[in-house]
This record gives sequence, C-alpha cells and structure tokens, in this order.
Amino acid sequence: MSATTAPPVPTETKAPRVETPLRRFISEFAESKMAVGALIVFLAIVLIAIFAPLISPQNPYDLAQLDIMDGRLEPGSKSGDGSITYWLGTDDQGRDMLSGIMYGLRISLVVGAGSAIVAALVGASLGMLAAYAGGRTDTVIMRLVDLQLSFPTILSALMILAFLGKGVMNVVIALIVVEWAYYARTVRGTALVERRREYIEAAQCLALPTRRIIFRHLLPNCMPPLIVVATIQIARAIALEATLSFLGLGVPITEPSLGLLIANGYEYMLSGKYWISFYPGIALLITIVSINLVGDHLRDVLNPRLKK
Amino acid sequence: MQPTIPASAAPPTLQVRNLQTKFFTRAGVVPAVNDVSFTVSRGKVLGLVGESGSGKTVTGFSIMRLVDDPGRITGGEILFNGQDLVKSSEDEMRQLRGNRIAMIFQDPMMTLNPVLRIDTQMIETMQAHTNISREAARQRARDTLGMVGIPSPDERLMAYPHQFSGGMRQRVAIAIALLHEPELIVADEPTTALDVTIQGQILAEVQKLAANTGTSIIWITHDLSVVAGLADDIAVMYAGEIAEYGAVADVLDHPLHPYTNGLLGSVPSRNKRGEPLRQIPGTTPSLLRLPPGCPFQTRCPRAADVCRQPPPMAEILPAHEARCFRPHLENAGVAA
Amino acid sequence: MSETMNAPAPVAAGKREKMIEVVGVSRRFAKRLDFAGKLAAKLGAPIREEVVHAVDKVDLTIHRGEVVGLVGESGCGKSTLGRMVAGILPPSDGSILWKGQDRTGLHGKEARAATLQAQMIFQDPMSSLNPRLKVAEIIGEAPLFHGLTKRSEFGAYVDEQMRRAGLDPSYKSRYPHQFSGGQRQRIGIARALAVQPEFLVCDESVAALDVSIQAQILNLFMKLRRELNLTYLFISHDLGVVEHLSDRVVIMYLGRVVEEAPTETVFARANHPYTQSLLGAVPRIEARKKAFVTVQGEIPSPLNPPAGCHFHPRCPHAFDRCRVEVPALKEVAPGHKSRCHLNDLPNHGGQPV
Repeated sequence: MSATTAPPVPTETKAPRVETPLRRFISEFAESKMAVGALIVFLAIVLIAIFAPLISPQNPYDLAQLDIMDGRLEPGSKSGDGSITYWLGTDDQGRDMLSGIMYGLRISLVVGAGSAIVAALVGASLGMLAAYAGGRTDTVIMRLVDLQLSFPTILSALMILAFLGKGVMNVVIALIVVEWAYYARTVRGTALVERRREYIEAAQCLALPTRRIIFRHLLPNCMPPLIVVATIQIARAIALEATLSFLGLGVPITEPSLGLLIANGYEYMLSGKYWISFYPGIALLITIVSINLVGDHLRDVLNPRLKK
Repeated sequence: MQPTIPASAAPPTLQVRNLQTKFFTRAGVVPAVNDVSFTVSRGKVLGLVGESGSGKTVTGFSIMRLVDDPGRITGGEILFNGQDLVKSSEDEMRQLRGNRIAMIFQDPMMTLNPVLRIDTQMIETMQAHTNISREAARQRARDTLGMVGIPSPDERLMAYPHQFSGGMRQRVAIAIALLHEPELIVADEPTTALDVTIQGQILAEVQKLAANTGTSIIWITHDLSVVAGLADDIAVMYAGEIAEYGAVADVLDHPLHPYTNGLLGSVPSRNKRGEPLRQIPGTTPSLLRLPPGCPFQTRCPRAADVCRQPPPMAEILPAHEARCFRPHLENAGVAA
Repeated sequence: MSETMNAPAPVAAGKREKMIEVVGVSRRFAKRLDFAGKLAAKLGAPIREEVVHAVDKVDLTIHRGEVVGLVGESGCGKSTLGRMVAGILPPSDGSILWKGQDRTGLHGKEARAATLQAQMIFQDPMSSLNPRLKVAEIIGEAPLFHGLTKRSEFGAYVDEQMRRAGLDPSYKSRYPHQFSGGQRQRIGIARALAVQPEFLVCDESVAALDVSIQAQILNLFMKLRRELNLTYLFISHDLGVVEHLSDRVVIMYLGRVVEEAPTETVFARANHPYTQSLLGAVPRIEARKKAFVTVQGEIPSPLNPPAGCHFHPRCPHAFDRCRVEVPALKEVAPGHKSRCHLNDLPNHGGQPV
C-alpha cells in the first residue's frame, strides 16, 4: 500500500503565488522594453482619443466654433479672438489641428478596432467551423478565403464603398469584408493542429458535447495566433481607413478622420503649409508603429516555437 | 573484466576530469554538469545513463563543445588524446568535429539535410575534411552504408532522406559519423525513437563496429538495459553529477549508490510479476533548488544526517566509484 | 507490500462476465484526393487514393477485472484499436460490444454512460491536459457536467480524485505546466477516475516517463485495479511493462492480431515467429556484451503491406504458402491463439523453431 501511494511531491515552482498562464504571459511580455514602451504610447493614444472632448481646445466638428478667418495659421499662432493658441496650426477651414487630430484618432481607432473585432468574430467562427466540420464545409469556406485574399485589399474596399456609398459605418463594413479571411485562415490552421491533441480526445472520451469541446477546450487554445493577427490587422485597418478617407471615399468631410485631415492639407504641402498634412501623418505613424511593435512582440511571446 | 579507469600504457581516447557546465538562465544558474569525470579507452563503450535533467546530454554536448548560450563550460578538462578540448579554439574544434570526434543524435534529421541526396551529403562531408577524389569518396560512402547494414547501398546513395524509414535514417546518420573512422563517437539516445526490432538491429551493428574498428563510443541513454548488453563501463548520472561509475558487471550486479540500486529495482522484469514495483519515491529535484549536500537525499531510503554534506566521488571498491556516504556494500558482499 | 496485487489468474476466463467484445473490427484511413488530385489522376498521373488498413478484422474479448496487454511496434494499429475500444474512434467495419450491447445502437443517456465507463489514459502527459484549465477544472469538469457531483460538493469530490491518484489536493488551483511529467500523468488518471469508469484503456501511458517515475505510475495502476475493480487494456511497446502487469497478452503486427495467450505462455512458449523475434530483440539488464540477435528487415509500410502473412518477408521460417495465403488465427493450445502456417505442418507440433 505504502509503496504505491507516492507522497504528494511539491512541484518545482514553490512560489506562493499561483503562476497563471496570464501572469506568465505578462512577465514574458514585460521582457521587451521596446514593446512595453509601444504599449504605453498606444494606451496614451487611446486615452487621448477617449477623452478628446474634455481635453481638446475646441470641437473641430462643431462648425459654429470654427472661424474661417483663422484658416491655415502656422503652429503656435493665436486665434483671431485670442481665445486659443493653435499649437499645431489650423487647416483651411480654420480648424485647430491639435483638436482635429484628437478627434480624428477617435474615428480611426473606432473604425480600426471595431472592424477588427467583428472581422475576428466572423473569421474565427468560420475558421473554427471549417476545421471542425471538415469536408465540403471546409472546402467552401476556404475557397471563399482564397478568393477574398486573391483580390488586392484596397480594390475590394473601393468596390464595396462604391456600392454602399460613403459613411463611417460603410467603411467599417468594407473593412470587415476585406479582413475576415485572414482570421479564418489563421484560426483554421491552429484549430487543425490543436484538435489532434490528446486533450481533445480526452474531452470526447468524457462524453462532453461537441459545442462545449469547441468553445471551452479548442477555441481558448487557438487564441494566441488570433490575438497576434488581430493586433496587426487593427493597424492595417487604421491604415486602410486613412487611405480610403484620403481618396475621399471614407468618412464625411465635416467629421474628418486622420486620413481626411492629411488629404485636406495635401494641396497646401507645396506652398509651405506643411503642418496641415504633416501632424496628422505623424499621429497616424505613431499609432500604427506602436500597434505593430506590440503585435510583433506578442507574436514572439505567444509562439511556442520561439520558446526557449 | 577490468574497468578502464586507470590508463597505463597508451593514453585513453578521452579523459574527462571534473567537468562543469552551467546554464546562466533568467531564473538562476543551473549546474547542469557538476564535477563529472570519466575515461574512455580505445575501442571501449561507455554507457552514460540518467533520467531527464540528469545532465547526460549536456555532458555529451560539452565534449563536442556544442553547448549554446546561456550554457558555458565553467571548469574541468576534456582530454582527447591528451589535447584539452575545453581550451581548444573554435577552429581546432571544427577540425576535430565530424572528423575525429563524431556525434549521433536521437533525431537523425539533426545530421541529415532534407533537400540533399545521401551521396551528396556523404561525399561533401568527406571532402570538407580530407583531400579525397569524388570517386574514392563515393566508394567509401558506399562501403560505409554497407557496414551499417543498409541493403543495396548503391541505390540508397541516390535517395533523399525522406525516402528512408526512421531506422534507416538513423543508420545513414551513423554511417556519416563513421566516414572518417573517428576515434570517438558520442551517441545521444540514438535508438530511443526506434522500434524494438529496429533498435536491436542497430545495437548489433554498433557492437560489431566498436569491436572491429577500435572506435570509442559514449552511448547516452535513459535505458539501463540498452547499455547492459552494449557497454564496457557505465556512468550513472543524477542531478548533474555522476552517482556511480564502474564496469558494467560491477554497477549492474552490485550497485553501490542507492539511486542505481533503486533504478535497477524499479525495472519491471526485476520484480515478481504482479507485485508492486520497488519504486523510488518523489521526483527529480529542480537543479535550481538542489538541497545542500547529496542531491538524492530527499528520495533516498538510506539518507542520514551526514548526507547534508556533499559526498565526494570515491573509489569504494576497486575500480568501482560512487558518490555516497552510505553505499550498498552488502550488494557486493562486503560487510558495511 | 508483499501481498500480490493481481487478481487470480484468469484461467477460467470463459466463465467471467465479458466487459468488452471486439468483433471483426477494421479501421481504414483513406487519404482522399482533392479536386486537383482527381484531375491529375484522370490525366494519368501516378496518384491514387491511399487507404491504410490500420486495424484489419480484429476479434478481442476482455473480461471484467482482466488486464490485457496489447503489444506491437509502430504502424501495427494498437493505438487505433485502443481508441476504438475507448469509443473515441468509430470502426469502419465490425462491432464493439459493451457488456453485450453494441455501442453504436445506444442513444442518449445509455450511450453517454457507456462512453463514460470506458476511459483512456494517454501517452503524452502534457498534450493530454488542456493547458488553459486549472487542475480542479480538468478533473471536475466532466463529473459536474454529467451530474456525478454537485456544485456544493465539487471541491471535496476533486480532492478525493486527486488523493486517489497520489496528488496533493492543495495543488488543485495550479495549471498543468507547473507539474512534472509523472504528476501530469497522475492528473490524467484522476480525470479519468472522476467519471467512475470500470474500464481503462492505457495507450503507452508510461512510455514518456522516466524509469523511476514509470514504476510509481505502474504501481498506481495496480493499486487502482485492486481498489476499484478496474479492467484494463494496456497498450505498450515495452514487453517488460506488459509482462509485469498483464494477465493476457495480444500481439499485433501491421493491423492484425498475430498471437494471443496468457502472459506466462507468451513469455515462455511464444508460438508466432514475430513474437519470438520481438522477445529476442528486447534489451535486458542481465545481458552482458551479448551479441544482439535480431530479426532482419524493416517494418513494411502499412500503406502497402506484404501479401499473405504480413510478416513473411522478415520471417526466418517463411515458405511458399506464407506469401500467398493469409494465415488464420487458430488455437494452438487452450487459450493460446496464433496466426502462423507453421502450426499446420504435421511434424511441427505447434512449436516453430
């Protein structure tokens, strides 16, 4: 008897704190100073976007607040009535660039994140379905993915917007349509690997229903690559929205996003009034680079093949 | 049978003295190999036995000087025909590796390049180290494949690695290791992934080779029964140290160290059928948190106060060493 | 310590209750051609659908309380058979009877109960545990879901399973990666025991463990067998382990059962040449500088097995009949079956070699 019950042996980690996968992930993520810095910058951008109405000098979308006489002022100029300083100058409508960037970030982020989340939901569900059902379902879904991915993204988006018309909501829809395929392909690949693991067989052996196996056992283990793709795709979506707006197919002119702000200043670039395009461009650059840096490091941390 | 610990006339092929290899990880310094000493004479086979984390593989890689960051050899000597490999330059090592010292891995694809034909790989390996004509190299490759028991070597030379079965791939890897008639082969669990009948075939070939060519072999394995039939000497490793070292018959028939004794006792065929196996309790301690003194004390049935001091490696019986204060002398028929 | 852990030898097995009956079960895996493949085949490319007969018309009966060892090398179909017996994989042909009832004919509650009563212990202690769940969730999920325990008694129930598998219940809120290999295997065992099975399929369950840990887990299996009156199908390539644990041994080669006999008989008087060569190839501690006597040749690909007796290309005794005719699995002694033509030779007396 005593020979068979081995004394319960303490594990290697004697730390009093339970090392949850989340804690381990956080400590590994924190190893890269660059990624942590990028994350802080990104969070700051998000905060600025959220609290823009409270902290921005003016509401750039309220046409009543704009004074056309203040148009194209240099950075640092005071407004005609002396009430605000335009630290980053104004555009041709007399809109404070700083406020415009803050509000523009709101639109860019909402469009980028919103489309990425919905596309992730749609794509992940379809990818999971393809992996689990297999056969004809798999073939149909994956050929759709191939079709989608074989079109240049910008071309698809342009066609969709030409069909739906302008507007924030339509941009979001266009972005979802062009992006879901990336998620579907990623999730299907991971799920095909994960579902062959023995813990899935064990769950089948325990007579758990298929739905529970998919959502409680399979899906959570397919999340890491999904999160990585989602991060990169948010950056892509923001860039794509900026492109569409720059081309005049995106958001309405009265509520400019970063892309539209850049477009508005484009014609004045050569006349020395660089700031109208330059500062929104810098904001867009910082946003996208910070998201990409976070995403790249996430990929390193979450990819088991790169683990030592 | 005389174990090969003292070298009288010709210097032994390999003499490892007080080898120390440490890994400097984020979590702390891991003493993967600690004060390891052994000798391999010409034509002899040393079985280096241990469980996962015992340091047996790191010992093998240290001899090849293939320990990567964050690992480093921090002490000791590895004398290969009198030349200290620890002090040798990377250039000198490159000249030795694959030429006079060869390594065989558990996964033969560590040696084989999947996109090159076998003949290309074997001929290029030879031409890298010696001035040999293509035709002569080809002839030698063919002979070596035949030597490791590969049927119709001419045909097989033209094949790619993926066209071979696992056992055949391992044979090719062994053949590549043999191309330069090395003086020493370090084999790291080369038959662990293979089926029993295939493992038997490869062990038979290796046995013939050691007897016929005078090559010395270090056979790293977790399986005592594999080296029982193959090796001349056995070194049993536990937690980075050699726990027991001596001739096969001495170590397996009269184990001195309680760990060796426990390992042998837990082998199913050494227990009465259906009876509980004599098991070693507990698990291998983490090398980061070793208890002071003997690393085996937490699992040892004979542990006493004295075991909180580090036991020295001692020649307890003639040519039979163990690192233990309270060895199983009764196994050897000696009164304690 | 000294008491025998095995149940009485199963000589009178015929009278005992049949736990599981495998009747003429086959399992084929087909690698289907996709559209491009079909087109290429139509145009004359040398590709076709490949079918592997992983398990080929196997009959096997396991009685209550018995430990049956299933032995074979890679590609012999032992894992596939184990998964069919455990109910994870449906057979292509034949039927698997659970206590006399065909499992495919069961529905709803009965089907669920039958599935739960046969549990599986896997080979890889890491990949058989969901890395994102805590130990308590891994062990307790199924019993809670199936109503074997209530939420109010959940903690106590999980503690009991962990203790039974030799784990300290205070570790139940940890994650699998925080345990050593042997402890992970104990978690897998606790998870299986938590749904109160009568039958365990162990698929190479100790193969990935260190020698000293192997002994601990094997002892646990034997203790559980005695305490819970469990029946085992113990799949392994390690003859030493199988010899120690099993009452009866079944040897498979390339999808077919080649020999079946009580354990002592297999190890003392193996009949089939394959079994004999397998036994000859096993390294033993007692061996000293022995010349390894080995069977020639490689294990053929299951995609393209040899005709007749699958073993004939490697068999030292093969004769013409072996190359054309599949030998039948025949009784050569009471309780001892073998699939070899040599047993039909008049002067052979059922003992080749």
